[in-house]
Amino acid sequence: MQYSPKVMDHFANPRNVGEIAGADGVGEVGNPACGDIMKMSLKIKDNVIVDVKFKTFGCGAAIATSSISTEMIKGKTLEDALKVTNKAVAEALDGLPPAKMHCSVLAEEAIEAAIDDYLKKTTGKGLEKKKAHKHDERHEH
Amino acid sequence: MTKIYMDNASGNPIHPVIVEVITPFLKECLGNPSNLHQFGRVASDAIQVHRGHVADLINAKPNEIIFTSSGTEANNTALKGIAAAHKKKGNHIIASQIEHFSVLNPLKSLEKSGYEVTYLPVDKYGTVNPNDIRNAIKPTTIIVSIMYANGEIGTIEPIKEIGNITKEKGVIFHTDAVAAAGNIPVDVKECNIDAMSMSANQFGGLSGTGALYLREGVRILPFMEGGIQEGGRRAGTENIIGIIAMGKAAELAKSEMPQRMKKIQELRNQLKEGILKNINHVCVNGHPTNRLPGNLSLCIEYIEGESILLFLDMQGIAISSGSACTSRSLKASHVIMATGVDAALAQGTVLFSLGINNTADDVRFVLEKLPPIVERLRQMSPLYNQNK
Repeated sequence: MQYSPKVMDHFANPRNVGEIAGADGVGEVGNPACGDIMKMSLKIKDNVIVDVKFKTFGCGAAIATSSISTEMIKGKTLEDALKVTNKAVAEALDGLPPAKMHCSVLAEEAIEAAIDDYLKKTTGKGLEKKKAHKHDERHEH
Repeated sequence: MTKIYMDNASGNPIHPVIVEVITPFLKECLGNPSNLHQFGRVASDAIQVHRGHVADLINAKPNEIIFTSSGTEANNTALKGIAAAHKKKGNHIIASQIEHFSVLNPLKSLEKSGYEVTYLPVDKYGTVNPNDIRNAIKPTTIIVSIMYANGEIGTIEPIKEIGNITKEKGVIFHTDAVAAAGNIPVDVKECNIDAMSMSANQFGGLSGTGALYLREGVRILPFMEGGIQEGGRRAGTENIIGIIAMGKAAELAKSEMPQRMKKIQELRNQLKEGILKNINHVCVNGHPTNRLPGNLSLCIEYIEGESILLFLDMQGIAISSGSACTSRSLKASHVIMATGVDAALAQGTVLFSLGINNTADDVRFVLEKLPPIVERLRQMSPLYNQNK
């Protein structure tokens, strides 16, 4: 199993690490038994993600997918951010080892969870069509 | 770039003396050891001499050593071969939950073909209770297989007590001594061991070479069938170079063992004390005192093992990790889990396994590099609360 140079770059120099004080939406996905937890916080203005930060407990791929997905959604509208798939995250990193694909799923779900939280806070209801949770299915507990 | 190897549990560097010993054999025309001509004789003589060294290391007789391709093959051969040869007597096997996969997976496959396996739990230190073995033995029990020492957490099992019980009960005692043989004193006669697996690359030999000690008189069906090499117990032309290397490594390990153990243990203790002093929320896995000299297994809280491994690798330090993400199965180590460590904490498992090549400078370098890596990952972790 080898990581691409891009994965190693985002792992060693992660972008947008931290938490936004007074974030508009916060999503936390994964669980410690699986070995990864991703927490994403968003600052949203006029339906656009103006700032995003993450904190991740996990392996090299989990940190790299968190980092690159923050770059991928920053400046995007909520609708466009929701279109970021786990596949796109993995491709942006020049691929992930097969055993680590679940980390990209986690990134997709963290984005979704943070946006869902924002919508719940502002409109009183969350995402209408929430995607099925793919991450947990990949693990046996 | 700095190169510090602290992953000896995965395999040792080849001992420089071994390189010198095998080089002339690599340059010579070696015949097939089964042949009677001079080329064959050179090879078969070399095998006999080095078989003797391996036997000496564990107080066995040369004809009780069967060379294999690995510790894994030795475990497979012992479990499947002994189970098959004793099928008429019974179908019950006892093992521990913390055995290596090369024991657990053959046992799973034996279960599918009608054998019954009892997997005994361990205490928080990873120690098997000999009384549990006594209580689990029944008339159909044919094999007790308990590892000599656990390479992941370092705990040495009460082998002598177990050997006394199996001898008294007339059950065959197999032990996977891959992590132990060549690193700590092992005496098959004193411990009443009937079958024991070893691997050369755990004590300075070449990978691709292992051995099964099988006490004279213990029946086994060959796992590898073909010619009559290894007394008809393991077919296939012998790995001559690997066997010579294993024999020489065994001879060196035996003569240097007290000094090696003392040196490695001192370095391990320096590393342990340094880490515990400089990093908070760290616990040591395995038995506090009854453990392999070079093993330091730690759970570092709030962060994940693979990330630690990767950052240390960037500094030139090689270790291994027991986290789910490091394994292909995406599960935390079954060994750590069996000792009752919390699932989240188990993700932060890292293993430093020191060997004869490590120095006090290596330890100092690790102690300098590890704390900032841990701090950096903790700052990134949603589980870490700085006020803790």
